[in-house]
Amino acid sequence: MSDEQEVITEAHGAGSGQMRELIEELAVSRFESDDAETDVPLAALDDGSVHRLANGGGSVVVTTDSHVVTPLFFRGGDIGRLAVAGTVNDLAMMGATEPTALTCSLIVESGTPVDTVERVMESMRETSEEAGAPITTGDTKVMGSGEIDTLAINTTGVGIVQQGGHVPDAGLSPGDKLIVTGTVGDHGISLLSEREGFDFEGDLQSDVAPVNDLVAAAMDAGKITAMKDPTRGGLATSLNEMASKGGVGLEIDERSIPVSGAVASAGEVLGIEPLNVANEGKVVLGVASEDADAVLEAIRNHPQGADAAIVGEAVDDHVGRVILDTGFGNRYLTEPEGEQLPRIC
Amino acid sequence: MAVESGEPDLQFRDPEKAEQLTDRLEALMDDIGERVTIMHVCGSHEQAIAKYGLRSLLPDGLTIRMGPGCPVCVTDMPEVDEAVALAEEGKIVATYGDMLRVPGTEKSLDDAKADGADVRVVYSASEAAEIAEEEDEEVVFFATGFETTAAPTAAVLTAAPPENFSILSAHKYVPPAMEVVAELPDTDVDGFLAAGHAATITGYGLFEEFVEDYEVPTVVGGFEPIDILFGLAKLLEFIRDDEPGLANAYQRCVSEEGNVPAKETMWDVFETTTGEWRGIAQIPEANLVLREEYSQYDARGRFDIDVDTTSSNPLTEECLCGEIMAGKADPDDCALFGEECTPQDPVGACMVSSEGPCKIWLEYGGQPDI
Ligand code: SF4
Ligand code: SF4
Repeated sequence: MSDEQEVITEAHGAGSGQMRELIEELAVSRFESDDAETDVPLAALDDGSVHRLANGGGSVVVTTDSHVVTPLFFRGGDIGRLAVAGTVNDLAMMGATEPTALTCSLIVESGTPVDTVERVMESMRETSEEAGAPITTGDTKVMGSGEIDTLAINTTGVGIVQQGGHVPDAGLSPGDKLIVTGTVGDHGISLLSEREGFDFEGDLQSDVAPVNDLVAAAMDAGKITAMKDPTRGGLATSLNEMASKGGVGLEIDERSIPVSGAVASAGEVLGIEPLNVANEGKVVLGVASEDADAVLEAIRNHPQGADAAIVGEAVDDHVGRVILDTGFGNRYLTEPEGEQLPRIC
Repeated sequence: MAVESGEPDLQFRDPEKAEQLTDRLEALMDDIGERVTIMHVCGSHEQAIAKYGLRSLLPDGLTIRMGPGCPVCVTDMPEVDEAVALAEEGKIVATYGDMLRVPGTEKSLDDAKADGADVRVVYSASEAAEIAEEEDEEVVFFATGFETTAAPTAAVLTAAPPENFSILSAHKYVPPAMEVVAELPDTDVDGFLAAGHAATITGYGLFEEFVEDYEVPTVVGGFEPIDILFGLAKLLEFIRDDEPGLANAYQRCVSEEGNVPAKETMWDVFETTTGEWRGIAQIPEANLVLREEYSQYDARGRFDIDVDTTSSNPLTEECLCGEIMAGKADPDDCALFGEECTPQDPVGACMVSSEGPCKIWLEYGGQPDI
């Protein structure tokens, strides 16, 4: 309609369809390779890639993520914790629950107090200890003032899984149960209300945490067929991705999705769905139906999984779509479009 | 005409009550024996209906359509253009977040902001007045919304805001728009579910004349799933009995006379005038403008706002916003829905606001056959 140059917008970064299109166009079409030793390639757009080692020596999982967040220090965490937990969790989502090594690459705006960076580094150290994920190499760049906003961190993670032991996004089959490991929406709603200057009473705070130990407990208890951490785009986006990649439909019971009271009411005030915003310490797992109870119990017995619940199951109808039973009627649960903005009235 | 009470003790989200009510709707539709179209006139109603999947519960033959119920959607392009022009002239323009991306003839406020204009998001008129207190520049509040926001805007003006504060009123008044829609030839509305929020200010008594004049049953409804189903059942009863009645199905918030002081303040400050509702029509007495006594706060009198409204975006001709708000089409009837028109890159205003029908349908998956 116009010959204006196409530009990247914030919506491209919001984590759903538009972002995937961009990645496919820019990256997948260029970097794709048909290496037979790759179990999970770039084109799968999974949380990481998986490559077989020679002689059945397991497979290497590699993942990378860059982190920016406003404010840098927020209720429940900070950018350092986010950067470590985010990468540890991406490895865990592939089944690599014992990270071999992480990198830490900093880009700092000139003029940033050393003290700020130090606090972030200290938080990274604590979180890496908590997750058992050593940070073993890194890099630092300084940019001019105004060229970036204070601080960005890239972390890359490497882990090992048994050959064929990785867990893809695409593994759901009809009959599989879906488990969510705890309350959803905490990170997104808390950050949004902090940013908008709403001071909600109660304990609204980010859930940012490494979940590799929790995932290990779940994997020990039964067969996990697919797994995602519902970060940007929230649970709604993860479920839609799992449905379309797995070639199944999902039937979800909204009443069984754990949402804390504080998040539910703040979400109503802001006009934002808790299912549409980021979580940084939660997992959604597909589990073979005969193992569902055992896996649920193992998760609930873990300190991070007390609120876990079975929220629905995969079916062979309405492939690629997620049906939400609201307790009243049914509707589609769709991926949120773009950034979530608080409402006017 | 009877104004009925009898709102039962509602457990707003009790699925069992919902089931009883849907059974009731079935039975009433059987009695009626023909198609029924109900129009609601509030974005929050559409939101609740979509969010709780209520359309999937409705008996065959009962259709709910959205009317001109979102203040963002009905704000006209030239009104947006005026706000953009003021921002580009260097005034600080403060408005509700939803207004930022509403396309004007050429630009939205968001575009103006990207080009360097000082456009700020506020949650209330009083917050805009506070900005004026802190800043030396002229602050213009782009005042949009129905009775629910017009009353608070009025309250700010009666409280002697700073001299560098003024408003660009795009406030609109709902009842006359219902009259226009009730009269549209190919909109067949059998009953209105009137907006509960607006009625907390104006009172349900306001609709008495409307019901008498247009003989369309009208029920004021709340926003919880049970409120809505209950309101629909009330409407179907009126329709079955062929009685153009009025009922208040939102008694916990709405009274007959409404919020009298708020209403008085609103009418002290504003008067009605004829104006364009985007995509629908010129509607007599449905735009709110400042009365003479408050003209010092009227941005239109205070500044020379120069807008050129001759050019138009060719794509908007395909936009069905007007049809949708007139109850003649659903969002997914529009060829641009979800393709060329998305919340990031909206063609029409209905895709912008969280109360806009197209945005709501996209967000909640439209009208699923499930
Ligand atoms: S202003 Fe209030 S009453 Fe009007 S459409 Fe919005 S929510 Fe409904
Ligand atoms: S989808 Fe877009 S273009 Fe179509 S009616 Fe809705 S707002 Fe207008």
